[in-house]
Amino acid sequence: MLAFIIRRLVQSIGVLLAVAFIAFAMFRFVGDPVNQIVSIEASPEERAQIRESLGLNDPFVVQFARYVGRAAQLDFGISYQFRQPVTKLLGERMPATLELAFVSAVFALVVGIPMGVYTALRRDSWLAKLFQAVSLVGVSLPTFLIGILLIYVFAVTLGWLPSFGRGEVVRIGDWWTTGFLTASGLRALILPSITLGMFQMTLIMRLVRAEMLEVLRTDYIKFARARGLTRRAINFGHALKNTLVPVITITGLQLGSIIAFAIITETVFQWPGMGVLFLQAVQNVDIPIMAAYLLLIAFLFVVINLAVDLLYAVVDPRLKVSVRAA
Amino acid sequence: MTQPVLSVRDLKVEFVTRRGVLKAIDGVSFDIAPGEVLGVVGESGAGKSVTGAAVIGLIEPPGRIAGGEIRLKGERIDNLPPEAMRRIRGKRIGMIFQDPLTSLNPLYTVGEQLVETIRTHLPLSAGQARRRAIDLLAEVGIPAPERRIDGYPHEFSGGMRQRVVIALALCAEPELVIADEPTTALDVSVQAQIITLIKRLCAERGTAVMLVTHDMGVIAETADRVAVMYSGRIAEIGPVRDVVKRPLHPYAVGLMGAIPSLEGQADRLVQIRGSMPRLSAIPPGCAFHPRCERAFARCSVERPSPLDRDGRKVACHLYDEAQAEAAS
Amino acid sequence: MSDAMQDRTEPPAQAEAAPAPGWFARMMDHDLMASFLASRVTVLAAVVTLVLVVLALFAPLIAPYNPFDPAEVFLIDSLTPPRWQAGGDPRFLLGTDDQGRDLFSAILYGLRVSLIIGVLGVMMAAAIGITLGLVAGYVGGRVDAVIMRIADVQLTFPAILIALLVDGVVHALLKGASREDTAFGVLVVSIGLSFWVQYARTVRGSTLVEKHKDYIQAARLVGLSPVVIMARHVLPNVIGPVLVILTINLGLAVITEATLSFLGVGLPPTQPSLGTLIRIGNDYLFSGEWWIVAFPGLTLAALVLAVNLLGDWLRDALNPKLR
Repeated sequence: MLAFIIRRLVQSIGVLLAVAFIAFAMFRFVGDPVNQIVSIEASPEERAQIRESLGLNDPFVVQFARYVGRAAQLDFGISYQFRQPVTKLLGERMPATLELAFVSAVFALVVGIPMGVYTALRRDSWLAKLFQAVSLVGVSLPTFLIGILLIYVFAVTLGWLPSFGRGEVVRIGDWWTTGFLTASGLRALILPSITLGMFQMTLIMRLVRAEMLEVLRTDYIKFARARGLTRRAINFGHALKNTLVPVITITGLQLGSIIAFAIITETVFQWPGMGVLFLQAVQNVDIPIMAAYLLLIAFLFVVINLAVDLLYAVVDPRLKVSVRAA
Repeated sequence: MTQPVLSVRDLKVEFVTRRGVLKAIDGVSFDIAPGEVLGVVGESGAGKSVTGAAVIGLIEPPGRIAGGEIRLKGERIDNLPPEAMRRIRGKRIGMIFQDPLTSLNPLYTVGEQLVETIRTHLPLSAGQARRRAIDLLAEVGIPAPERRIDGYPHEFSGGMRQRVVIALALCAEPELVIADEPTTALDVSVQAQIITLIKRLCAERGTAVMLVTHDMGVIAETADRVAVMYSGRIAEIGPVRDVVKRPLHPYAVGLMGAIPSLEGQADRLVQIRGSMPRLSAIPPGCAFHPRCERAFARCSVERPSPLDRDGRKVACHLYDEAQAEAAS
Repeated sequence: MSDAMQDRTEPPAQAEAAPAPGWFARMMDHDLMASFLASRVTVLAAVVTLVLVVLALFAPLIAPYNPFDPAEVFLIDSLTPPRWQAGGDPRFLLGTDDQGRDLFSAILYGLRVSLIIGVLGVMMAAAIGITLGLVAGYVGGRVDAVIMRIADVQLTFPAILIALLVDGVVHALLKGASREDTAFGVLVVSIGLSFWVQYARTVRGSTLVEKHKDYIQAARLVGLSPVVIMARHVLPNVIGPVLVILTINLGLAVITEATLSFLGVGLPPTQPSLGTLIRIGNDYLFSGEWWIVAFPGLTLAALVLAVNLLGDWLRDALNPKLR
């Protein structure tokens, strides 16, 4: 088990380094940090001086090592646009994005799994066909259209829910702000999380359905029926459990992409999260923010992947053996 | 004559496909007495497994039972509602499948699967069920059952797994066990053990056994009677010794001749020319007649019904005494 | 596997005639056509797609105005409602946007640009992916490892993020050129660089299988260069699954372009795609000018839904397990 964990850790660090390399390459080759700091009239000597002081004349590898070292200490430099530490800027907005992503993920799971199970067990019912139609729409409509639609129906026309912003937030500790503790905060979460979670929900639903149908065809399910087990025991005790195991992995990986997809949802709902910050950075070529965001996403992905792998090893007894052997 | 455990009369199973209706089983009849082992042999696709599936009520669309009767100890079971049939499965009819690797749910321990099955059919507490499960495991020859009961399927070898499967099939004390190719997926060295185990356990309990296989050697060793199936019909059915040593139906003759034997001299194995017809193209009259060396005019026109001859039933016009007399 | 006992019990093994390889293509055709015509939804989807594609192709001929031409933009008539509503103008069937562009024309031209970008982008992704996949699979060793590593790293990020990144970086690198002129090319490149991985993986897998077959060994013995072998011998045999991925990817590519345009990093308002139009319209949703969002939105939705339905059908029809 230990060898397995170590191997995965090494892999993860490899991925992070690769991403760091790309992020760093952006720094070096796209845009000129000197220009960002100094005004246009600066003399060539001043520029040369600044270059030296920033260490821009050092060999590539040295600069890269420096970058990675700083990143490990959460120092991502200063934003070109806002002249503030990137870490602070990202930090301010992280809770908003993470809360949104979390609620979306929960929504996707809580709605997607039962729908998937239902469409697998009652394949020919009209409700199943309806669910499948909904899933097709969910996969086809771009996220931003869904968001706009929801806003139009629930905010503009019906006026039930807010169309932008986070509502009232409460500060916890010295960093986190949460929208969970206020009524307006909770209401503000509803539409964005449905929008963000919709795509994931349809993916999960289709996955669960496909897996379950696959499982229902296996020999052990046949044998279970031949033993006279009740339908309930077979469908939920056996089939569902076996379905959920691979679903966990894929869902876990999806969770990572929710955070990145948040960019779109945040734009539609004017949600003050990291995604909007990143978008602005892209539009204005604010490299420090772009690079930091990339690394952050990579880090989150890697952590989630690792967690999912460990979870898998815990849940599936077959893996415990092979993991021990690894 | 005691009442047979299983009584099948004129069973017909069809599959409705877009290419037409396929008759997988077309008029099959047989009985199995308590404690008796009936072997069902035939090539792949002859309908052996479908027969087993029909008896235990696991034929699903596009298949369906299109006619005939299946009686368990005299009561009809082919027309029961699903819930009633479910109660019979496991409790009164047990089934053993071919591949022990895929027959067990990999995510549950052997004990959990046993206890679940036991408690589905018998009013026992969890503790009692577990005790019973341990006893069963011991009976099927699993060493250290109190420990291994908490093991997962992948922790057992193939032969051990099949023993677990047998335990599962027998745990509710069924009156009939259907074994569908129980040894095909096992090592040769283990096959004999498993067959012996099945035979012994069923003999001890007086359980009837329907042993479906394409392995004639197993039948010769284990079965009391044998039914030879061809194209969804029974060609010959009778006591094992008789059918194997002195087969009557031309197909059975070919089959028995194809068994390699360590005794005696043989230059070549007997081969039956041609192959079994597809379900969509079953010949009229006797299904075997295109491949039969002794076929005559009547064979391609009229389907032979089972005739009593020499202590067994043969579906072949050659043994129609009325006709033979008429001809002479 | 014990025969005759499946969930939906299948007829015993001999029920279906096994087609000889020569007839396979023909039978495929038959089954495909049969399943195609049998599903009304699929036929509808195909019709819709066809209509939209035709509209897009012939946009310059059909559209009453050219919204990309500043001379045909009527600032005075901006924000006019659709023709059948109060305040509508017979000249503008679906109304105008905030700049006075005829919405109907803008939709047609936008559809055109979206489709072209989508198709070009997917083709570029396929080109990159197939090339890298062939090389990785055929050459193997270090090259393979490097390419697959890159693929793995890229897969950690969703396509939209990659597209955004590439878009931003390329625009930054082209600091001289204006955003408007380069938008089209950059979008194609973004999509191409975001979607290549799937193709590469599939082609690599097939290449690894083909590599060991006799005809490849023969070609090597004859002395053909690796490039020729890969292009002329391996490629035709691994291209099958790629076509399926292509059709399925097209919908995703169109959505990606629309999303990028919506976010403001795609096509600018002067040459709007459907995504850009929706972005513009979003600002006016609250003040009541709903048509600027509604019609482009409907068109986009219809296009992607239709393409996805076709892709779904194609995937099911070509899936041996479901037959």
